[in-house]
Amino acid sequence: MALPNKPAGELPATLDPAIVELDTDILIVGGGMAACGTAYEIKKWAPEGTKILLTDKAALERSGAVAQGLSAINTYLGENTPDDYVRMIRNDLMGIVREDLIFDCGRHVDRSVYLFEEWGLPIWKTLEDGKTVDGAQGAPILKIGTKPVRSGRWQIMINGESYKRIVAEAAKAALGSENIIERCFIVKLVLDKNEPNRIAGAVGFSVRENKVYVIKANAMLVACGGAVNVFRPRSTGEGMGRCWYPVWNAGSTYTMCQEVGAEMTMMENRFVPARFKDGYGPVGAWFLLFKAKATNTLGENYMATNAEMLKQYPPYGLAKVPASCLRNHLMLKEMREGRGPIYMDTPTALKNLSANMTPKEVKHLLAEAWEDFLDMSVGQAGLWAGTNTEPEKVGSEIMPTEPYLLGSHSGCCGIWVAGPNEDWVPDAYKIPYKGKNYKGMTTVNGLFTAGDGTGASGHKFSSGSHAEGRQVAKSMSRFFTDNKDFKPTLNQSAKELADIVYKPVKTFMEHYQKSTAADVNPNYIKPAGFQRRLMKITDEYGAGIATSYVTSKAMLDRAFSLLGMLREDSEKMAAGDLHELLRAWENYHRLGTVESHLRHILFREESRYPGFYYRSDFDLVDEKNWKCFVNSKYDPAKKEWSVFKKDYIQIIPD
Amino acid sequence: MPSFVDPAKCDGCKGGEKTACMYICPSDLMVLNVEAMKAYNQEPDQCWECYSCVKICPQGAISVRPYSDIVPLGGIVQPMMSSDSIMWTIQFRNGNLQRFKFPIRTTPEGSIDPKNAAHKGKDLASERLSDEEVDNVTLKRPIAIHGK
Ligand SMILES: Cc1cc2nc3c(=O)[nH]c(=O)nc-3n(C[C@H](O)[C@H](O)[C@H](O)COP(=O)(O)OP(=O)(O)OC[C@H]3O[C@@H](n4cnc5c(N)ncnc54)[C@H](O)[C@@H]3O)c2cc1C
Ligand code: SF4
Ligand code: SF4
Repeated sequence: MALPNKPAGELPATLDPAIVELDTDILIVGGGMAACGTAYEIKKWAPEGTKILLTDKAALERSGAVAQGLSAINTYLGENTPDDYVRMIRNDLMGIVREDLIFDCGRHVDRSVYLFEEWGLPIWKTLEDGKTVDGAQGAPILKIGTKPVRSGRWQIMINGESYKRIVAEAAKAALGSENIIERCFIVKLVLDKNEPNRIAGAVGFSVRENKVYVIKANAMLVACGGAVNVFRPRSTGEGMGRCWYPVWNAGSTYTMCQEVGAEMTMMENRFVPARFKDGYGPVGAWFLLFKAKATNTLGENYMATNAEMLKQYPPYGLAKVPASCLRNHLMLKEMREGRGPIYMDTPTALKNLSANMTPKEVKHLLAEAWEDFLDMSVGQAGLWAGTNTEPEKVGSEIMPTEPYLLGSHSGCCGIWVAGPNEDWVPDAYKIPYKGKNYKGMTTVNGLFTAGDGTGASGHKFSSGSHAEGRQVAKSMSRFFTDNKDFKPTLNQSAKELADIVYKPVKTFMEHYQKSTAADVNPNYIKPAGFQRRLMKITDEYGAGIATSYVTSKAMLDRAFSLLGMLREDSEKMAAGDLHELLRAWENYHRLGTVESHLRHILFREESRYPGFYYRSDFDLVDEKNWKCFVNSKYDPAKKEWSVFKKDYIQIIPD
Repeated sequence: MPSFVDPAKCDGCKGGEKTACMYICPSDLMVLNVEAMKAYNQEPDQCWECYSCVKICPQGAISVRPYSDIVPLGGIVQPMMSSDSIMWTIQFRNGNLQRFKFPIRTTPEGSIDPKNAAHKGKDLASERLSDEEVDNVTLKRPIAIHGK
């Protein structure tokens, strides 16, 4: 048997990748919900003959957070006003949000849902007699006023297994397959050589062939989703992949944009969803549609028994639906004081619902409960099957997960962008470039983001991310039209960029024969080991599950000392094959995102999100001093970070 | 092991340029070993159990053995896709069986018309999306502005 000191993997990396130089007018990085929205809309606005290119690290058909499907569209306004939509999100995110962006999402989002339905996404309906039908029974469409089936005030139920395939098909048909490069992972953005603070291109590589792409672009969207596997997860064996958000979104959006100087906002925010334990199946339908209760081990509804705790956090705890973090805060008290496990009482909920139902209707109800998992979290169904859990007979444990960083679901970390061109949007929320404002543009001229990338505007979900991607398509078209004469010039040569991208391969080739085992070698660190070290640091010092989400200045200082050495070691990451090269850069992106997250937590001297994280040295929500955004900015020339407060401006009255 | 491949069923997608499972996996896990002409999951602890590979495999060669650190052995969740629906078979550890069938799409695959030409936008300066322009939608403004 050969020694295990060879490159692993089926697609070995080589030292001399082909360099492919491409020139485009508009580049779309990512192929998820937001990017597919952009791809669908953009040709309708870009001038005839505009060159548009999209790159996705995976296959559009099943890439991003919606790969396995979804069982609900969480943002559909219908009879609600965008004003109320702002109020709901402002409360859920503890007061500090960009109300202009949220209002704007709210007034456009239903249009994307209409498109999904037209394209073939089955959406459940409520008929005039009050009966509900699934999405394939030919009920009239939403656009003409038919009622959906609401699982909550904002959510509607779908048969969404093929949601992403449908959205991707429309994006591909609109953009043309010839303008899409799949399996191209973008590593870095590149600034212009002549004009300061102006995007000029990006560099990436093929995960299938030894090929580096150096792409010049006039305008660019970066929408690569949120950041997952950045904290040590509760399951550290095979189950590390069964994270709640998709394991393949590695913080590329945040790290790539911040490295070229994009101003970040609310990077201290995180989402710690309470989900079914270990399988991380959704709880929304159980709470809202099936009206199930979560109880401690004494059978008490801890939301009721701990209600007093909510009063400490006015107004966020006093709303009809208290902020998500506070609901965790109450659950954590139970767990800390030994009244766990916490159970979702599924048998009582199903018994109550089926009280007046025929056996056939009961069977249908059970199918709905299973579909909720099978459409978006099949692993949870696997866990129920393996543990003989039939929800009508036994309850299931729920628990807060490890932290996730994202801007489109129930979190709001991300990038500071320009608001819409409306007179009701404060000037402080606009970013003028040559006298004009382009919604969705970051503080780097020509660089746009959407979906999980946009900061301080959570609760967009799948539909809102798509709608936002479409708005940015129009905005980028306007930007391109106004700046057509700009000729991007990269501030580094194609060869220099290719060398950066392939550095992990070079490191591997230089050293791998100096040990009999490829993974243990004093000259380098493999991406998998790097990822584990990162997660250990965040977990132990950065308010992970190890400390029940508690950190402090002293702990964060220690984290930064260890992260500094990890950053030095990132120069020594080694990759023997193309898959490992992908992992190397993903983990590099994770590192940048984590640093940003902790930098913001350190700066904000309060605990804005009790239940998501606590500063033990500032364990309060300090409305007087900290009801403001925390923004940060990296200066790529000086290689320095600055972190600062930015005013929050209320637009929608209480 | 998250997803795993049955060697008796996998034919390496008949030695084509790219196999279906490699094409689809969002986590870049499925690879083909060319000598054996069989596919495998190269990094099980980065598998989301998203079932994309299971659903696409033309030979039905891929299944999921749930995560060993979470799930006791014996349960199986297996889908069968058709053009308009998906059928799931769930076998519990104790042998109980349940089957569910759900719709996935109401239109034929490949039928989406992106309407580029018909919806060519007119007013680039407005904040309206293309279909809002076609339907002549009036964009909403806040009902009231704080402090005004
Ligand atoms: C478990 C779960 C449940 C959810 N439930 C619901 C729900 O019920 N209803 C709802 O409406 N929404 C739900 N969502 C939220 C919804 O999926 C997201 O809001 C939405 O997908 C965000 O869109 P996005 O475009 O920002 O990111 P994504 O859709 O995740 O897309 C990111 C894209 O970037 C690509 N990419 C990443 N890095 C790179 C790189 N470096 N180079 C090139 N490409 C890259 C990825 O391949 C992918 O194509 C859920 C999400 C999850 C994970
Ligand atoms: S898709 Fe199926 S048949 Fe094709 S290589 Fe993968 S496992 Fe084998
Ligand atoms: S289940 Fe999903 S993540 Fe796992 S190997 Fe298959 S396609 Fe990849």
